[in-house]
Amino acid sequence: MSQTFDAVEQQTRLEERATAALALAKRLGADACEVGASVDQGIGVGVRLGETESIELSRDQGIGVTVYVGQRKGSASTSDESDASIRAAVEKAVSIARYTGEDAAAGLADAAEMATALPDLDLHHPWALSTDEAVELALRCEAAGRDCEGITNSEGANLSSSEVVSVYANSHGFLGSKRGTRHSLSCLLIAGSGDHMQRDHDYTTARRADALESPETIGRRAAERTLKRLGGECPKTGRFPVLFSPEMARSLVGNLLSSIAGGALYRESSFLCDRLGDTLFPEWFSLGERPQERGGLASSAFDGDGVATRDNVFIDQGRLASYMLSAYSARRLGLSTTGNAGGARNLRIQAPTTPLDALMRQMGTGVLVTEMMGQGLNPVTGDYSRGAAGFWVENGEISHPVEEFTVAGNLESLFSGLVGVGDDIDRRSSTQTGSWLIDSMTIAGQ
Amino acid sequence: MTVVQSNSFEQASAQLLAPGGLDMASLETGLSHAMGAGIDYADLFFQRTWHEMWVLEDGEVKDASYSIDGGVGVRSLSGEKTGFAYSNQINPEALVETGRTACAIARSGERHQPAKIQPVTAATRYAGIDPLSGLSAEEKIAMLKQADRVARAADPAVVQVSASLTGVHEVVLVCATDGTLATDVRPLVRLNVSVIVARDGKRERGSAGGGGRYAMSRLRDEGVAEHYARDAVRQALVNLKAVDAPAGQMPIVLGNGWPGILLHEAVGHGLEGDFNRKGSSSFAGRLGEQVASRGVTVVDDATLTDCRGSLSVDDEGTPGQCTPLIEDGILTGYMQDKLNARLMGMQPTGNARRESYAHVTMPRMTNTCMLAGNDDPGEIVASVKRGIYAVSFGGGQVDITSGKFVFSASEAYLIEDGKITAPVKGATLIGNGPEAMSRVSMIGNDMALDTGIGICGKEGQGVPVGVGQPTLKLDEITVGGTAS
Repeated sequence: MSQTFDAVEQQTRLEERATAALALAKRLGADACEVGASVDQGIGVGVRLGETESIELSRDQGIGVTVYVGQRKGSASTSDESDASIRAAVEKAVSIARYTGEDAAAGLADAAEMATALPDLDLHHPWALSTDEAVELALRCEAAGRDCEGITNSEGANLSSSEVVSVYANSHGFLGSKRGTRHSLSCLLIAGSGDHMQRDHDYTTARRADALESPETIGRRAAERTLKRLGGECPKTGRFPVLFSPEMARSLVGNLLSSIAGGALYRESSFLCDRLGDTLFPEWFSLGERPQERGGLASSAFDGDGVATRDNVFIDQGRLASYMLSAYSARRLGLSTTGNAGGARNLRIQAPTTPLDALMRQMGTGVLVTEMMGQGLNPVTGDYSRGAAGFWVENGEISHPVEEFTVAGNLESLFSGLVGVGDDIDRRSSTQTGSWLIDSMTIAGQ
Repeated sequence: MTVVQSNSFEQASAQLLAPGGLDMASLETGLSHAMGAGIDYADLFFQRTWHEMWVLEDGEVKDASYSIDGGVGVRSLSGEKTGFAYSNQINPEALVETGRTACAIARSGERHQPAKIQPVTAATRYAGIDPLSGLSAEEKIAMLKQADRVARAADPAVVQVSASLTGVHEVVLVCATDGTLATDVRPLVRLNVSVIVARDGKRERGSAGGGGRYAMSRLRDEGVAEHYARDAVRQALVNLKAVDAPAGQMPIVLGNGWPGILLHEAVGHGLEGDFNRKGSSSFAGRLGEQVASRGVTVVDDATLTDCRGSLSVDDEGTPGQCTPLIEDGILTGYMQDKLNARLMGMQPTGNARRESYAHVTMPRMTNTCMLAGNDDPGEIVASVKRGIYAVSFGGGQVDITSGKFVFSASEAYLIEDGKITAPVKGATLIGNGPEAMSRVSMIGNDMALDTGIGICGKEGQGVPVGVGQPTLKLDEITVGGTAS
């Protein structure tokens, strides 16, 4: 990169800032406090129709402080890390805590829960890449896609590479630091013309540059995905089995996780309140996290409270085995933290998998959903209704593309109606799953 | 409001330039760094924001936060190319560094001389105030506690109330090599109430909120906390009785105000200049063609007084304006920033927006509205034999290339034999933008703006927007329910 960025030096600087902010908060009257600070630097290049379109250099930084005065809480943050600005933020947080109400659950996580082992999880792999080289890779990617017959236009290809250093410290004496990298290449192409245009994209992302797929692979796959969508029809309305592609199945895992997150539970805004121990999925299905996996896209040895992360199992043989809790939400629910302040990390499914073609044969006639639009989930009831696009499957074979329809049901019946998981596991995300076959949902189309 | 900008320059200069030792001469120097060989336009965008949020849960304001952000973004354009860099330091060194980085987008070519900087004259669309300072902390907390009391008193089924009060004070200064110098002080406040109700083993939610570009004290003076609390409870109780929504194609009547999210998704994004320049929008190359039913007139209006999406000047310093997009069904305009306007041979329309100094400018909506028609809202509902009447929505999304869009109803009812009957569960509606707009068959005489709650996302950047429309009938749209 053309910008200089010494991650070790940045980490030392942030650790000093965080430690100083904690000391200042104590002096200004905080009984307990916590500080998060981060800096990230990156480059993003965009090319379109064979030409450079944009070059962006980014550098974001910020420091946030939360103070507790008795059981009252105040937070403030600033993007300016000067001593004066940090002091102003700490003063503001302390002054806010004079006004907020008493909260019996407020405060740091218990000192005994703090992570003590902070292993290097192999997350930091900077890419020594010049702007010209970045442009060259993006150009190769787009060109491979545009060379495919039928591609009529392009929204371009983008390459980005960033380094992040973050520090979390609290007045228990916990200080945790992380250095990580993320590199991505994506391509968005258009086929058809006038009223009959379609677009689609493909991408690769990894912590190590050498783990990225080749630019040509991404460009060609983006083209294939786009071309397959041409000539989409609106399917007929009715109840059919639905096969969700790995990317779409990932969003269903996301819906599950947001429904077992502590915040949704103590606010009574989840359909999974008071359901711990209930069977939600078939018994052959389990779902857990591997937060300390080496090189994992979401790996961390400690959570947003400084609590040690652990291999939680959320769904154990179909049963809801654990909620996803931070120290605060756990106290609100009378439970113990699960080390999930900031969410779950590196979700993995444990289930027998089936080749995709066998899943389609099992489905017989139904819809393969490869894209969804809109939010469409009522988290309080689990009612689910989203716009979709994909392919009509007839007798186990893809028949034609379909679009402008919705898939609807209730998440609870969707989960219990899971009849198979594909072996086409998508490893580009911290949530890794194959396709999901659901026995029956309502398709609204013609 | 039609007061010419007066004191915003002094404020902007004092808050953005003076602390880092910058003056007018340093702006010209900064532009010269960004205006390297082959660069045909460059701009500097200085911004500082103060953001405050108070959150009530369980009857107490237990959480409050405050943040300060600021910096300068520098952009250098060369033909279709954009170089961009930013810094959260505002000082002469940062201008040199970011300017040199941004202009590296072009390696060679003519060196253009920046035009002499002239202040832009623009009418102000809101008062240039700090909206956070009008009320004390105690008064802000009292407003949220009142929302809590009113909601809990409204019905015994209410089991959870959360309310939030947010305010943003934003000061910007933009100067550009085309001679533009503009400043703006943008207040933005919002109060939101969400409730959970439980009865007979069923639970449901409701929410209501609003705000705009004015002082927090106005929220208090207008008693909105009480109003939104009651409305959130009303909506939740309606949803508690909801039956499964139907599935399939049918007529729909959209209520006035916030259901204008239809326009935002079905036509708004597709009429942004960048997508049309690139030919990736289903509306590209269709200026002058009929793209909606006769009688449909849609504008993007940044000039509405005190509205959430309004702008006195946009983020390139172009005065906010009311831009006709569709007039009597005919496509007449796109929303433009300077880059796309220049490349398409059109005029900028004051739609250049960015989430912050750390984000690059794009053509974006402000307040997107359909003008009133002549139909009586009651007669519109009465004209439907079997369909849906939808009055509130969660959010939406569009694929501008295929024209497919969705928006998700959060309060809707069946229409049976011309009468509004049972409430139905939330369902996603899906259609094709140009097709849906051609199926508008009745337009109410009751145009209304939304209450000030919209956030629009595009390429990862969020900006506040408004929508508005009269009661509307679409002859057919796909309703994504589960009932046969």
